[in-house]
Amino acid sequence: MSAQSFMPLLGRAGFIFLALLTVVGIGVPTLNLFTTPGSLLHVPDYVVTLGGKYLCYALLALSVDLVWGYCGILSLGHGAFFALGGYAMGMYMMRQIGARGVYGNAELPDFMVFLNWKTLPWYWHGFEYFPFAILLVVLAPGVLAFVFGWFAFRSRVTGVYLSIITQAMTYALLLAFFRNDMGFGGNNGLTDFKDILGFPVQAAGTRAALFLLSALALGTCFIAARVIVNSKFGKIIIGIRDAESRTRFLGYRVEHFKLFIFVISAIMAGVAGALYVPQVGIINPSEFAPSNSIEAVIWAAFGGRGTLWGAALGAIVINAVKSYLTGALPNAWLFVLGGLAIVVTIYMPKGLAGLFAGWKTFPTMPKQAIDLGEAAE
Amino acid sequence: MTNRRGFLKSTVAFAALAGAALVPQYAFAEGETIKVGILHSLSGTMAISETTLKDVMLMLIEQQNAKGGLLGKKLEGVVVDPASNWPLFAEKARGLISGDKCAAVFGCWTSVSRKSVLPVFEELNSLLFYPVQYEGEESSKNVFYTGAAPNQQAIPAVDYLMNEGVKRWVLAGTDYVYPRTTNKILEAYLTLKGVAKEDIMINYTPFGHSDWQTIVSDVKKFGSAGKKTAVVSTINGDANVPFYKELGNQGVKATDIPVVAFSVGEEELAGLDTKPLVGHLAAWNYFMSIDTPSNAAFIKDWHAFTKKDARTTNDPMEAHYIGFNMWVAAVTKAGTTDSDAVQDAIIGVSVPNLTGGYAAMLPNHHITKPVFIGEIQADGQIDVVWQTTGLVAGDEWSDFLPGSKDLISDWRKPLHCGNFNVVTAKCGGAS
Amino acid sequence: MGAFRSIFTSLFMLIFVSVALAQDVGVLVDKLALGNFTERGAAISALVSSGSPSVVTVLQALEDGRLYARKSDHKVFIATPSGDIFKLADPLSNSDSGQAPKTDIEKIKVNNSLREMISNAMSSLTLFSKDAKVRKDAALAILKSGDASALPALEKAIAAENDTAVADIMRIAAAAATLKSDRPEEAKKTAIATLAQQTDRDTASLLTAYAASVSDPLRSQALAAAEKIEVALSTWTAVQNIWFGFSLASVLLLAAIGLAITFGVMGVINMAHGEMVMLGAYTTYVVEQLFQIYVPDASDYAIVAAIPSAFFISALIGMAIERSVIRFLYGRPLETLLATWGVSLILQQAVRSIFGPTNKSVTTPSWMSGSIDFSNGLSFTLNRIAILIFALAIFAALILLIRYTSLGLQMRSVTQNRPMANAMGIRSSRVDALTFGLGSGIAGLAGVALSQIDNVSPNLGQSYIIDSFLVVVFGGVGNLWGTLAGALTLGVANKFLEPFAGAVLAKIFILVAVILFIQKKPRGLFALKGRWVDA
Repeated sequence: MSAQSFMPLLGRAGFIFLALLTVVGIGVPTLNLFTTPGSLLHVPDYVVTLGGKYLCYALLALSVDLVWGYCGILSLGHGAFFALGGYAMGMYMMRQIGARGVYGNAELPDFMVFLNWKTLPWYWHGFEYFPFAILLVVLAPGVLAFVFGWFAFRSRVTGVYLSIITQAMTYALLLAFFRNDMGFGGNNGLTDFKDILGFPVQAAGTRAALFLLSALALGTCFIAARVIVNSKFGKIIIGIRDAESRTRFLGYRVEHFKLFIFVISAIMAGVAGALYVPQVGIINPSEFAPSNSIEAVIWAAFGGRGTLWGAALGAIVINAVKSYLTGALPNAWLFVLGGLAIVVTIYMPKGLAGLFAGWKTFPTMPKQAIDLGEAAE
Repeated sequence: MTNRRGFLKSTVAFAALAGAALVPQYAFAEGETIKVGILHSLSGTMAISETTLKDVMLMLIEQQNAKGGLLGKKLEGVVVDPASNWPLFAEKARGLISGDKCAAVFGCWTSVSRKSVLPVFEELNSLLFYPVQYEGEESSKNVFYTGAAPNQQAIPAVDYLMNEGVKRWVLAGTDYVYPRTTNKILEAYLTLKGVAKEDIMINYTPFGHSDWQTIVSDVKKFGSAGKKTAVVSTINGDANVPFYKELGNQGVKATDIPVVAFSVGEEELAGLDTKPLVGHLAAWNYFMSIDTPSNAAFIKDWHAFTKKDARTTNDPMEAHYIGFNMWVAAVTKAGTTDSDAVQDAIIGVSVPNLTGGYAAMLPNHHITKPVFIGEIQADGQIDVVWQTTGLVAGDEWSDFLPGSKDLISDWRKPLHCGNFNVVTAKCGGAS
Repeated sequence: MGAFRSIFTSLFMLIFVSVALAQDVGVLVDKLALGNFTERGAAISALVSSGSPSVVTVLQALEDGRLYARKSDHKVFIATPSGDIFKLADPLSNSDSGQAPKTDIEKIKVNNSLREMISNAMSSLTLFSKDAKVRKDAALAILKSGDASALPALEKAIAAENDTAVADIMRIAAAAATLKSDRPEEAKKTAIATLAQQTDRDTASLLTAYAASVSDPLRSQALAAAEKIEVALSTWTAVQNIWFGFSLASVLLLAAIGLAITFGVMGVINMAHGEMVMLGAYTTYVVEQLFQIYVPDASDYAIVAAIPSAFFISALIGMAIERSVIRFLYGRPLETLLATWGVSLILQQAVRSIFGPTNKSVTTPSWMSGSIDFSNGLSFTLNRIAILIFALAIFAALILLIRYTSLGLQMRSVTQNRPMANAMGIRSSRVDALTFGLGSGIAGLAGVALSQIDNVSPNLGQSYIIDSFLVVVFGGVGNLWGTLAGALTLGVANKFLEPFAGAVLAKIFILVAVILFIQKKPRGLFALKGRWVDA
């Protein structure tokens, strides 16, 4: 397909984003693997893992933006889908450790051995096979989103009510995964991974491959999301965002559209989680924390809601800022991050993507009456 | 065109920020200073406990520099904030080792943060000094555990209470690895000592649990079966304050049902009105109230450094004091900060602790410690009521857990193994 | 203990036969300084058996940790710190004995068994106090310990007692003591029968313990009596659970009610709500510190002064936030989420920088500590009662304010139809600031209450924010009665689930239940009616 036919689909900014992503996705691993350490062009190993982590966050932000920016569903529980994808991958990698754990038990992961479990719980079976794990990476968040969305959208739960119950969902999962009796490693979660598909996770080659895969996943999901929002289906989704009742009166089954986009978005978040885990080396219940989901929303809003590429960019920028400031200003970085959130909200209501239109000169006073949390309606 | 320019502008901004994040934050030439990483949360839920440890490390570094530094070089502390976020711990650890080229890192508090950074330290072959009492069941080539293993805290405490006539036990903890493992060990130990199953009650609560009404009233009920009852608490951090407040309010006195805690020290008690808690117990390897010249000097230095006379000292601070001095001694002995050389040199190093004795680094990377049982006083201090006669060696693989009873760790050559199985005579666990 | 008991028995012989041995009490006191806890225990017994009336002062000082020994000559003093120097006083005569630096003296430590020994000794010694309450406490202590050696003293005290309530308790205490004594079986049977009339947990515990130590028929009789008490107690468990539920509900209500204004009424998704609660708690801490410095005698009432202070400080900061940040965001409620999230980070870090990251200690005033215990085992802690009343009072005041004051009227009009309210001459920006200030101020009040039961730390707010949103949404956004109903339902349900499911699962069940409930009632328990709801 030529660049010309891509342009209308992606938009100019989207095209640049994708081009940059390609350059970074190929460039960083190449420069890491094929230049000697110390040379000017060399990308150090830890930049690769750090960058890979950012890319996973970017994919999470993109999935949030897909439902929030285009369908008006403010999910404060997307971290749950991310974490479920992560756990599915983590369980696969736990099984791959085999007898190399500290207790040398070929069947049971270490945490089960020291909690004195005798047999593998039934839901751990099958995770020794990579395809099964990948299936679960997609299915676990997908099914949860389907069940949750099916109930919620059918009952016409909208606005803040929906936001708060998505938060309740991720909080309930946090508490559940936190229980050691659940058999997911409790608060310590899953860690001490050795290899993935036979490649050692700490090898530079594996890291570079994971980075490339993360970039690929982000790019693919970006294109897929653009395809969705540019299709007729996408127009209806946007219609729902702007006037849900009118769309319903036009004869569309609003709940089906919402459900579809919610499930797609959850699966994207799950894939992001699955790629995240081998790169950071741990998955634990804190990924379910409501504050993580809220942060993902912040990334999307910071980058620019309803642009997809803006959300991804927002995730990368905020996390880069965080990485830098937690080292440079360990005692004051929260001031900077908090201040940034306020300034962006007031002066850059369209986020980084709004830089297209230039900075707003002065904040404007409210003109609309307050509605009850329905941003778009 | 404006669109594109806008985009480029944001891209450049991003690149600048991302670039800044990836550049090491200090640019001294190698050789001038030796960098010491300090990896403690300064924000988020664990800041309550960990910030103090950052301060104590900075004090120790300052003192060492006043003594002329190390190997003729100045020490420099590199402080980062992992923000109580476990993946961020791993990221920051990697930054400290690869980016800042720290010779050693002192840090972590929770088990999960240690688990999160462990692969990083092993991969990059660096050194981590971990100052907090923990569940054991681990021995890494790259980690030095200067806090207590379960046998240096939990078991002596239970022994003490048994001597005091306790026959019925409530094991209450936060639901995470340290309490789970400690309680497993204690359950096995108590059963071995002839305590019946129905005389042990186990209860787990989530982190930050704040409504203790039901649990405290259950404990009261359990304690009224006519046998002397005690609570062994592995309740973590934040949840302790509401727990103790509820104990005080429901009138559970130490003379009726004593509570012995493994995670409550002077620092936690400073946030509490301790008058209703007099007599409840704590088991540690150091108390601020211990009357030795070295401890008095340490407290004086600490007050001078923080410019606050009310600041307390606690057990993990002493662990950092010991760990730091051990590292200094090992580097001096090896004549280099090279990780492998220090790992070899540090085993067997013995430095004074603050309670009038010596702490030695064992081949399993744990240290020898005295064990003290203290009772909480009305002024928030803890007075020693019992102590072990000698030093207790840290036991990384508990003898009371079926999975680990055959394992030992010895990082000296030629064994050089963290999980050697004495039955199969093989390195690498039970199989 | 056996030796100790026999010494005790002889002690009472000594006291009541009034054959005071001329012993040098001072020498006995100095013996407290030496040896380990066992030897110290012996020294205490010896001291008690000396029969000297000044022993009570010495024992009290020992229990309070005010008794010190001079390191040079092992002489015992009551020491009072003044700076680094301790003032010494003779423990018996209380006469001034000079002073000593901290390093020269050593505290005489007690442990729990010594503490118990002291309190037993004190209760026997205070059975004949002039104060009826002291006599009652002494009897209660004996009832709890079932100390047989106190029996002769008790019987004498019962004969001398003229307060019938105290005498009743003494009789029960005597029954408890009889069980462990060497009295004949008949006396013990009567004692068990007396104890069986009781309905509290301590007595049941005493009887069970006794049953384990004897053989039939006493054993079965004691067990039956204990069983009877247990049955009586269990019928009250449900009541106790309801109380626990109410008190949890009052905490939820307090935490949520400010949010019901800022989020419910104004539509601001206020992530900084928790930090307003935290500011209230810190204000309480500061007020208490000020009281301790300037009016230490009145520090029990610091918390009363903290109530208005916390309200105004949180309200002022809330209004400042509204004026500087939130007013630009009306009509974009979801973006208030972002901005207030930023505000919450800044406030947390600001408090951490000013007060340090560690917990601050807020003392519970004496009139709020302790509990009301009923003979049937029910127990209501005073601080929880105070919090429940406080929460309901705030709720009532708020309802009245919104219903009957002009500010309330303006608030309602602005939130319902801003342009129309403006047209009627209401300065909506002023009303916005005041409303947000009100919500924040109430959050500050919640902080005063939470400082009594939870950590005063920079993280305080974070632990309540999720529950607060859940309560408001469950009850129905924009409806204060809904918030009340929401808090009550969630609190009581949680406490009824907890005994069966454990704390974690109970919470999970509640969350799932709320999610399912919202499917049934997508606008919460008390949905607002009217056109403007479905904008």
